[in-house]
Amino acid sequence: MSKLKPNELEPAGGNGLLPRRLFLTSGIALSLLRAVPASAQQNVPAWMKAPGGPLRPYGDRSPHESSVQRIVGPAMPGTDGSGSSRTPLERLEGMITPNSLHFERNHSGVPDIPPAQHRLVIHGLVRRSLAFDLEKLSRYPLISRIHFVECSGNSTALYAAKPAQGGAGALHGLLSCAEWTGVPLGTLLDEVGVLPTGKWVLAEGADAAAMSRSIPIDKALDDVMVALYQNGERLRPENGYPMRLLVPGWEGNTNVKWLRRLKVTAEPLMTKDETSKYTDLLPDGKAMQFTFPMGVKSVITSPSAGLQMQGAGLYQISGLAWSGAGRIRRVDVSADGGKTWAPAALSAPVLPKALTRFRMAWRWNGEPAVLMSRAVDDSGTVQPARDALLGRRGAAYRYHYHAVQSWAVSATGEVRNVYI
Amino acid sequence: MSTSSRHARRLCAVIAAVVTVLGVNVAAQKAAPQPGSERQTTTPPAAPKGPALGVPVSAEEIAAMDISIGPDGAGLPTGSGTPKQGAEVYAAKCIVCHGPEGANGVNDRLAGGQGTLTSATPVKTIGSYWPYATTVFDYVRRAMPYPTPHSLSDGEAYAVTAYLLHLNGIIGADDVMDARSLPKVKMPNQAGFIPATKPRR
Repeated sequence: MSKLKPNELEPAGGNGLLPRRLFLTSGIALSLLRAVPASAQQNVPAWMKAPGGPLRPYGDRSPHESSVQRIVGPAMPGTDGSGSSRTPLERLEGMITPNSLHFERNHSGVPDIPPAQHRLVIHGLVRRSLAFDLEKLSRYPLISRIHFVECSGNSTALYAAKPAQGGAGALHGLLSCAEWTGVPLGTLLDEVGVLPTGKWVLAEGADAAAMSRSIPIDKALDDVMVALYQNGERLRPENGYPMRLLVPGWEGNTNVKWLRRLKVTAEPLMTKDETSKYTDLLPDGKAMQFTFPMGVKSVITSPSAGLQMQGAGLYQISGLAWSGAGRIRRVDVSADGGKTWAPAALSAPVLPKALTRFRMAWRWNGEPAVLMSRAVDDSGTVQPARDALLGRRGAAYRYHYHAVQSWAVSATGEVRNVYI
Repeated sequence: MSTSSRHARRLCAVIAAVVTVLGVNVAAQKAAPQPGSERQTTTPPAAPKGPALGVPVSAEEIAAMDISIGPDGAGLPTGSGTPKQGAEVYAAKCIVCHGPEGANGVNDRLAGGQGTLTSATPVKTIGSYWPYATTVFDYVRRAMPYPTPHSLSDGEAYAVTAYLLHLNGIIGADDVMDARSLPKVKMPNQAGFIPATKPRR
């Protein structure tokens, strides 16, 4: 372990923010955060005195972690299975969301689809209409990509005039990130032969809502895939088993699950979910439609509401940043309510349209503080302050919230959501 | 992306795809990218050629599964319905969730709200917000009633659509909705949407 030089604990920003170098040099930060119990090696715990449990054909997490659960929201009356469950962001680390904790947003429950009875049909303005089942699709050249999926209704509670109280997951957890493996949609569109008049692709799910969205053909040919695997295993039922559309960086609703049909059209079909929902009402009464990309955004997941600080001292600030436009270029962190900012360390790999983990050392002096993070993506777009975002959008906007999140730490170590 | 770079990348992808299909790795040493380099490149590679395993689908098969209705009425089936017929269907199958006359239900409000879109509390309904009447038919037929979607006949779906349009003061009490008349219905907020994204190809 390298020794600390005196200047390495000099602040990088106001109110105790320490240089990000602390996380780039080996062992320093950890040595500061870890308390080593005295003479631990003298005690032999019970689990070292007998062989452990058996080999298991399918693994479960430690029973000591069973409290880490999705935050299941209420369904509207008579619509059990619809609505959403959120990823508990404040209980996770790294950039990948475990499949069991990937957020859910369903419009008529989770269908149980026998793969042998399911196929994807591509038709419309094409030279030949073709059907593909799971077995056939699995023989195509597969690609793997790490991408986030974020519901465009994520963080909508933050539009409210008073700050809603909830943890990072409850407020921002319609957000997950996985390694998706599947067939580039362009390969399949190449095979059916899109006619020059084909400008949009309608994607339809095989759920009881037959949820459907229209996507421009250039995006469909760019980086969209028909995903078959999620973090190495077949898609989970709630994430679209046996096949789903993966539309990198675009609002979650377009990533149609249980994909059964793609229809190439000249114009968008104006489905319910691209007209009455997922459109953005402006103060003048007009609504923006097809607002697909998710904006540059970040949130500190630790410390955050629901996590209790354990007294003054050194802490690791940890959070997530992402952008539907590309890679995260930098994340700045403030511990004094936005008066001063310092750059956080970005944890490699920093991938386009994927969650990026950022971290920063912070010496908390035990007094009230406000923690904030602000992301910049590689297009140069800066995550906006809440006032600026609402000023542009007005009070009726419901989707695409991506303003800076502020967490107030009290002297007693509780954390809550505040507006700055 | 320039045409030539797209072409070059496509060529690489084709070669990679052929290699994959044949299960041979030799060509990868030369022309194709190194294993792993295809993952998360700055710009995604063009789609590789597939093994052409798609199964032809007949026009009849497509007709049986294509439930999409365009705003121009493309896809609308035969059959028809009136607001009066729709009121009966609504009372039997919709009122539990959506309330009498499309309001005050436990679920989405369907009627009223016209003139509220610029207010502090806009009420978005079929009458105040939805830009196309065809969307009502499309959504009713594909997803409603919530517990038993695909249970209404096409005539019932036309009738419920007609009832909801009449509730919102958009069509008359005796107007018949069918494949010809429905696309001609002009919705009050049809001009209220600004597309933020258009196809570039």
